[in-house]
Amino acid sequence: MRLSSSAVRLIIPAASLAVLLAAVFYMQPRAMSYTGLNLLFNLAVPIALATIAQMLIMSVNDLDLSMGAFVSFCACVAATFLQTSPAIGVLIFLGAIAVYAGIGVVIHLRQLPSIVVTLGMSFVWGGLAVLLLPSPGGAAPGWVRWLMTVKPPLVPMAIVASVIIAAVTHYVVMRSSFGVLIRGVGGNNRSVERAGWSVVGIRAAAYALAGLFAVLAGIALVGLTTAADANIALRYTLLSIAGVILGGGEFVGGRVSPIGAVIGALTLTLAGSFLSFMRISPDWQIGAQGAILIVVLALRLFLNRVEKREKNR
Amino acid sequence: MNDRVPKQEVVAARDVKVAFGAVKALDGATLVIQSGECVGLVGHNGAGKSTIVNVINGGLTPQEGAITYGGASADQGITAARASGVRCVFQELSLCPNLTIAENARVMLSDLKGAGWRRRGLALVTRQLAEIFPGHSIDCESVVEDLTIAERQMVEIAISFAAVDARPKLVILDEPTSSLDAGLAAQLMAYVRRFVETGGSVLLISHILGEILSTSDRIVVMKDGKVVADRPAVDFNTRRLVETMGSVVREQGWQRSARTKTGAPVLSVPPLPGASIRLEAFSGEIIGLAGLGGHGQTEALLDLYLAANGNWWPAAEPKMAFVAGDRGLNGTFSLWSILKNLSISSLKGLSNRSVIDTDREKKVSESWRKRIEIRTPDMHNPILSLSGGNQQKVLFARALATTAKIVLMDDPMRGVDVGTKQEVYEILRAEAASGRTFIWYSTEMDEIRLCDRVYVFRDGAIAAELVGDDITEAGVLAASFAGGEAA
Repeated sequence: MRLSSSAVRLIIPAASLAVLLAAVFYMQPRAMSYTGLNLLFNLAVPIALATIAQMLIMSVNDLDLSMGAFVSFCACVAATFLQTSPAIGVLIFLGAIAVYAGIGVVIHLRQLPSIVVTLGMSFVWGGLAVLLLPSPGGAAPGWVRWLMTVKPPLVPMAIVASVIIAAVTHYVVMRSSFGVLIRGVGGNNRSVERAGWSVVGIRAAAYALAGLFAVLAGIALVGLTTAADANIALRYTLLSIAGVILGGGEFVGGRVSPIGAVIGALTLTLAGSFLSFMRISPDWQIGAQGAILIVVLALRLFLNRVEKREKNR
Repeated sequence: MNDRVPKQEVVAARDVKVAFGAVKALDGATLVIQSGECVGLVGHNGAGKSTIVNVINGGLTPQEGAITYGGASADQGITAARASGVRCVFQELSLCPNLTIAENARVMLSDLKGAGWRRRGLALVTRQLAEIFPGHSIDCESVVEDLTIAERQMVEIAISFAAVDARPKLVILDEPTSSLDAGLAAQLMAYVRRFVETGGSVLLISHILGEILSTSDRIVVMKDGKVVADRPAVDFNTRRLVETMGSVVREQGWQRSARTKTGAPVLSVPPLPGASIRLEAFSGEIIGLAGLGGHGQTEALLDLYLAANGNWWPAAEPKMAFVAGDRGLNGTFSLWSILKNLSISSLKGLSNRSVIDTDREKKVSESWRKRIEIRTPDMHNPILSLSGGNQQKVLFARALATTAKIVLMDDPMRGVDVGTKQEVYEILRAEAASGRTFIWYSTEMDEIRLCDRVYVFRDGAIAAELVGDDITEAGVLAASFAGGEAA
């Protein structure tokens, strides 16, 4: 049986996660438990949500450099307004999602490079976050805290949440008509336009959905850390891009994989723990994480080439 | 003509004027299409064919004139056009490569919706493909990027003719056969006739005049943004059609260089496993790669190119230049000017100590503009301001401006009008006479007949070599099909 190209796209991320997990278990057998797994993957949930948000932007051939600042801002809102007066908190989030949709509209109508617009927006979000929480503080709303620390039987929450995120976004992006249109815009926006669809509407919807997932990422992060800080998620910008690429997505052409993106986020989180277990000093960890990324991407290129050769035979 | 079925007006564009800046793309053109007829639309590149198609399908609002759908409706725009059953297959392939065939059907057919659209879309396209191209071998569950160009074109055509709720009333086919081989093109034309006989209408644009003459009921000839003739197809023959378009049929007085192969070949490629013929080229020869579309000709050219120039490191003195066939994909730099597009391959020769000598660059490009007649007032205009045929000329000039002794051509004349072709043939001939070697993959018989020597490809390998007077349509077809079952 011939594998579909989307299945091939998933092999490498899944295999690298498995290899990394096996290595961690080998070095630290005690991680092979309910608590161990929860600790390993806890922080992956907000990263996975942010990665999905980035993936939605990337599926319409754009890139969001404000992801980290925006998730930090959402975390600050979650730790302040959402906790003290939930109604206002929800309103702020809805407003933020509307702004995201607006960014999509502006980028499309004015033909602006998304990198520039979102880079600018990152300072806006960062400023708003500092205004909300000039110094680390705030508190997580009780229900968020409960949601992130609940202990379902058999499988830890981190895994359950990842599977749910992957399943829901797979349905939305890969199976629904809406997802087809979003990816269609990434693949060939002229043909979508010629078929009578409103590309600006589709792009706005993709951005709004990305905003929603980024808001969820901020809330989930506060649920784990119990308090927030204006710079809490700055590294999410690059982590989310790396997660999408690691999971088999591409920068242009609407080639994305939600399941892969979640796996990519898990792999990135695990890579950090793996390096700690290897007793690599934190100074070198970022470089080592980069090395892991390069190895995985090289493997993927190799696999693509093999696949092409098979097809030509 | 039978007048039993009352003909209805499907779409009418009357006295349409469209201008892009100072260029008048349409200057008072009128095109009315009735139900149950196939209208052939011909004209040179830049005559306004694509523009009037864009007006009809709603993508372009004319500055003057009126568009009506179904006789009355006042709505305009893409949505109104599609609601009136107007579908369009564009010259450049316009599927989303990252989506599956069924997903593309979802994008192109907005009434394919609700639960189970995937299953229904798949069934729809499968049925339609089998109806138009019986015996095709396309796996309908695949992603479009896994298909060849010809297969993509077939899928796009099938989706455009497919009916979910309502049958399309008018299908516009803009150069539909440019990537299809003769067999597939014939199947498509037969289907167009069946579609028209059951009351649909088709607007057929093609540079292959035989197709237009045999398939259309009525032929509209355009020139300089105006309709210059609109008559039943029986009134035309190839010669009259070309005369009406405004270019004179030149005698095919191509004198094959009678040179015998002398000296060592400039190029020699050992045969692939399972084949027995070497690909050889001598100085000053024009070599044709023929055969059915997609049988390994493009791959052979790419292999040649990469073997000579390397994939990683540019060669100091390029031995070969490449003229791409798929302009949009690997030909033009769409954001650059004509000048930059032309000089990109020869920058090394135009530089002084790694700095580009802009005067020399301008001079070289100006001389090529005159020699190959690129129709533009200013070489600094963006490349996309040119019509397709002129863009192709720029790509030719780019290759010819280099010092490369061998020029590889990957079916570069797709969708180029007759006049432009003749001009390019002249230049090829002159360049070959001065010692350049051309290796030319073409899907058109007329071009293959111009070559000194022809290799016919079948299933990725050379199946036959034809020389001189053996190069005939019959000879090429025989070699393309012989022993086809063995594959």
